[in-house]
Amino acid sequence: MTIKICAEAFDPWQEIQSYQNSVSAMVGKFGATSIFIGTMRDFNEGDAVKGMTLEHYPGMTEKQLEKIVAEALNRWSVIEVLVVHRVGDILPSEPIVVVAVWTSHRGDAFDASRYIMEALKSKAPFWKKELLKSEAERWVVKNTGGYL
Amino acid sequence: MSIKVRYFSSLKESIGRSEDDLELAGLLTVDLIWRAANPDKALPENCLAAVNMEYVELHSLVKDGDEVAFFPPVTGG
Repeated sequence: MTIKICAEAFDPWQEIQSYQNSVSAMVGKFGATSIFIGTMRDFNEGDAVKGMTLEHYPGMTEKQLEKIVAEALNRWSVIEVLVVHRVGDILPSEPIVVVAVWTSHRGDAFDASRYIMEALKSKAPFWKKELLKSEAERWVVKNTGGYL
Repeated sequence: MSIKVRYFSSLKESIGRSEDDLELAGLLTVDLIWRAANPDKALPENCLAAVNMEYVELHSLVKDGDEVAFFPPVTGG
C-alpha cells in the first residue's frame, strides 16, 4: 500500500504503471484494477477558474489516508492500493488525485476504490483555494455530495 | 501544560495566525483551548478539530504536549 503526497505535477498513468511494475508480489495475482483520477476543471459554480492552491496538514493527511486505506483492506479483499494526491499550486487539466486498487475480482476493486475516494473527500485534511479568471480568490467551502 | 494549536485554510486566514503555543493549567477540553487562544472570536460552527492528528469532538480532553488543530470542512480530492 502506498500513499504519496506530491508537490509537483505528476502523470497518473505513469504512477500507476510504475507502481504495478514495482510490486512483484502481485504479479499474476490480480484480475481487476479500478482506477479513479480526479482532475482540475477550469470552471466551478459558474465561474472560470484559472488556478488552484491545495493546502494540507502534513502528517495528519497521511495518517487519515492510511486509516482510510486500512479500513478498505479490512472491508474488502484487496491486493494493493496506490493513493497519490497533489498539493500546492495546480493548473486546470492537471491531475489532483489518483486512487488505484488491485484485487482478484471486479466487485472488490469497484467498491474499495469508491470507498477510499469518498472517505478521502470527507476526511483527509486538504483544502482548495481557487484563483478565478477575474483574479478573485476563494476557498472551496464544501465538496460535492458523495455516496457515503 | 504546553499545547500547540494549529490553524488551517480559511480559518488560518481569518484569525491571521497559523499556530499558537499555549501554557495553560487545569483540566482542559478542545473548545477551552480555542477560547484560550481566541478569546474574542467564536469557533465557526462547522469547523473541525483534531488532537495529535486524529479527529475529536470539541468536548474531548487535552493533555500536556498535545497538538490541537482547528480547520474548516475538508475539500480535497
